[in-house]
Amino acid sequence: MTFLIKGETETWEVVIGLEVHAQVISNAKLFSGAPTDFGAEPNSQVSFVDAGMPGMLPVINEVAVEQAVRTGLGLKAQINKRSVFARKNYFYADLPQGYQISQFEIPIVGEGTVILDMPDGTSREVGIERLHLEQDAGKSIHDLHPTKSFIDLNRSGVTLMEIVSKPDMRSPEEAGAYLRKLRSIVRYLGTCDGNMDEGSMRCDANVSVRPTGSTELRTRCEVKNVNSVRFVMQAIEHEARRHVDVYESGGDIQQETRLYDPNKGETRQMRSKEFAHDYRYFPDPDLLPLVFDDDYIERIKATLPELPDEKKERFMSNYDLTAYDAGVLVVEKETSAYYEDVAKGRDPKAAANWVITNLFGALNKKGISISDSPVPASNLGKLIDLISDDTISGRIAKDVFEIMVEEGKDPESIVEEKGLKQITDKGPIEAAIEQVMADNSDKVEEYRGGKDKLIGWFVGQVMKQTGGKANPGMLNELLRKKLSP
Amino acid sequence: MTELTQLSLSDARDGLTKGDFSAVELTQAHIEAMDTHRDLNAYITELPELALERAKEADYNIGQGQAGALEGLPLGIKDLFCTEGILTTAASHILDGFTPPYESTVTANLKAAGAVTLGKTNLDEFAMGSSNESSYYGAAVNPWKKTGDNSNLVPGGSSGGSAAAVAARMCIAATGTDTGGSIRQPASFCGIVGMKPTYGRCSRWGIVAFSSSLDQAGPMTRTVRDSALLLSAMAGHDPKDSTSADLPVPDFEASLTGDIKGLRIGIPSEYRLDELNADVKALWDKGITWLKDAGAEIIDIALPHTKYALPTYYIVAPAEASSNLARYDGVRFGLRVKGDSLDDMYVKTRAAGFGDEVKRRIFIGTYALSAGYYDAYYLKAQKVRQLIYQDFVNVFKGVDAILTPTAPTPAFPFGENSNDPLAMYLNDVFTVPASLAGLPGISVPSGLSSEGLPLGLQLLTKRWDEETLFRVAGVLEEAADFTEHPFEGEG
Repeated sequence: MTFLIKGETETWEVVIGLEVHAQVISNAKLFSGAPTDFGAEPNSQVSFVDAGMPGMLPVINEVAVEQAVRTGLGLKAQINKRSVFARKNYFYADLPQGYQISQFEIPIVGEGTVILDMPDGTSREVGIERLHLEQDAGKSIHDLHPTKSFIDLNRSGVTLMEIVSKPDMRSPEEAGAYLRKLRSIVRYLGTCDGNMDEGSMRCDANVSVRPTGSTELRTRCEVKNVNSVRFVMQAIEHEARRHVDVYESGGDIQQETRLYDPNKGETRQMRSKEFAHDYRYFPDPDLLPLVFDDDYIERIKATLPELPDEKKERFMSNYDLTAYDAGVLVVEKETSAYYEDVAKGRDPKAAANWVITNLFGALNKKGISISDSPVPASNLGKLIDLISDDTISGRIAKDVFEIMVEEGKDPESIVEEKGLKQITDKGPIEAAIEQVMADNSDKVEEYRGGKDKLIGWFVGQVMKQTGGKANPGMLNELLRKKLSP
Repeated sequence: MTELTQLSLSDARDGLTKGDFSAVELTQAHIEAMDTHRDLNAYITELPELALERAKEADYNIGQGQAGALEGLPLGIKDLFCTEGILTTAASHILDGFTPPYESTVTANLKAAGAVTLGKTNLDEFAMGSSNESSYYGAAVNPWKKTGDNSNLVPGGSSGGSAAAVAARMCIAATGTDTGGSIRQPASFCGIVGMKPTYGRCSRWGIVAFSSSLDQAGPMTRTVRDSALLLSAMAGHDPKDSTSADLPVPDFEASLTGDIKGLRIGIPSEYRLDELNADVKALWDKGITWLKDAGAEIIDIALPHTKYALPTYYIVAPAEASSNLARYDGVRFGLRVKGDSLDDMYVKTRAAGFGDEVKRRIFIGTYALSAGYYDAYYLKAQKVRQLIYQDFVNVFKGVDAILTPTAPTPAFPFGENSNDPLAMYLNDVFTVPASLAGLPGISVPSGLSSEGLPLGLQLLTKRWDEETLFRVAGVLEEAADFTEHPFEGEG
């Protein structure tokens, strides 16, 4: 999975670290009781605290703390029993307090690990540097009026987890795999819905390049607020190529913040280092340090679900699936549950094939998620049963599946209604074979003259004759017998 | 009706209960005093109609036998407490027209106890100052004058309006807030009792923040008993303030036993500054004698980090203030001066809205927190703060209370220190250490200077030991027998 950029003079390696802002699932904001529903009327979910009114004070939301600890445990990270909230000071119209309450020196979660499942079935570890809790800012809307800006404070004070990776990724694909894995983990945990298009997961990418073989870390640029996995991958690739171009033309990269424009496929400067904010971090005197004990962590640990990595292991050992298949099936909790329903008491590999190839194909075509699947797991299971008890052939099963997807019916009634039951009586199959042989005596001669390959053609013709319903095994056996001289 | 304004809180309470007079009469008497002494500029906002309305309700409640602890007692409220539906200014231009849609916890507690609000008292802008001269609404004036000299004196600060109003009988008692001495120093200047509780005793919710780790509300009264009474009503745990302590509020009035026999009183040698005013020095010695005569044991103590308290305070408080005051940006409330861009609007609004002293502290605080300076200033200050606290912890292993002067001088004339911020900051030299350590402290009026100005002595105890503080203060008050009155002929 190496991703190298061939320049004029050298071959370059990309060094990537990602900062992900994940909005915590919680009914209330981090430091106020205001609700957090997405898509509510502007400024309808704002408390006096969120609006930065004089004399208002923050009070920590315990649910947010629990969610951060859960996420930390899911990232196999160190949980800090004592952490400190700090103020990050800067002026902006959608930051009512004039500071964001965040964590700086001592975050709630320390170092951890995320295992990437690469498309070729291999795995790779990416280190987590830290996870900290912080408030989101409000939203500035600049395009509603020619000279005025509008401010929506609904998002002001909403809980975010900033999850910072180590600079361990070396290709856009790894960055993509990291984001997908992180999303999978937080969705399993129920700590973030992971919807990048709704902004509940946002990503800043730190990108630098270096000649292959070098271990130095060169100046990085931060590409801000990219809102889909695909765009993150594109932005990284563009930014890396820009660095290579700059270095190879004798220039130097300046540390700066950049924005990715997906329409133009380029990054451009947002803030140079000279205009970087001095955030004047200091511990927030309105809040006490956040302190909890081992029991608290253990209580949360006891409620953790089986996570994707463990599930993948189990699928590989219990169901004998390949790393790739198991990896694909565990990405979403719903998918893995669906798969396990289908696989229960059946051939697990056949179940995996049906889910991955046929079901995913159908869902993708329709653009819907597995929870909206027109084919419930029980019906897919029945379909597999119909194959294994020879009621229908695998080929017919594909047709039945298509009808199931379109009409939502169960496979038994489809087979019944359409008369798709497999022919397993010798008589009708033999009759069909004899008919085909009689109509194609020349082909029979050719076959008997040594052109073995014609067997496939005969199978096809007889199948056609039986409307595809002949039991393929039986057909093969009988056909060979009849054709042999 | 003049005599009604001379009553203490506890006497007025008893009078109301017995039916000697009504809450309306009591309130009316104070409204008249507010009229008489309007030149003291003690109030930014007067609320006579509202007060009389509330007093009527109080009379009804008393008649029904449903009187709260402060039912019908007319108070002044420092204009740093947010009061629902009532202009709240923090004495700053930048809060022009700001009427909060919420009530601070402390004033809500007072309301619930039945108190009557006469108005919002003057203060230094955002509580930053020791003379009231930084108020956008003009300084409050000390009702006291030097003997034979009619020039106006500062009431102290920042709770100068509250102190002047209590001293001039324009309210029976008032609320104040103390960050580095803002209750105790004006109390000393105006000859009243000013008490700063342990940090965390009163909720800060709804008080316009100056320095979050130091700000604390407290009572300003004419007697120690009133101080205990008022604090009992103000204090209590508030889940809306994470730094508010989840502790029961004792009946502070009950701690006034009048007996301090066997208590150990510490006298810190570090507070004997060379530049200490001779009258102040003499009064301090008197105070030591009084407590000794009452049966206390006097012990010399050392608080070695005292000399670092002022510089530490003037890093920590401005640093927090620079962040706390960022929300006054012209976007959502208060003053807005239009600009060509968002940044321009910020600059113009804040330039016009803040006075010099506030700007000075924002500059100092911003500098102290800046990258490259943080470790040398803010972090260092926090470490020294810990050492100062540790000094007190060590000392309180051997003493029950500490006696010091409240301020190094009596009240001074307007303009005397206004061009020298460092000289002004020296006013807090005796009050700041306890603020940094979060300790309770009280200033008790204990005598007059040779020029006829009131002087206070300060008592300090360990955290959460307000009961010992009131107990010793009660004895000190009795021994000092301070009965002087700022207005001749009204006494």
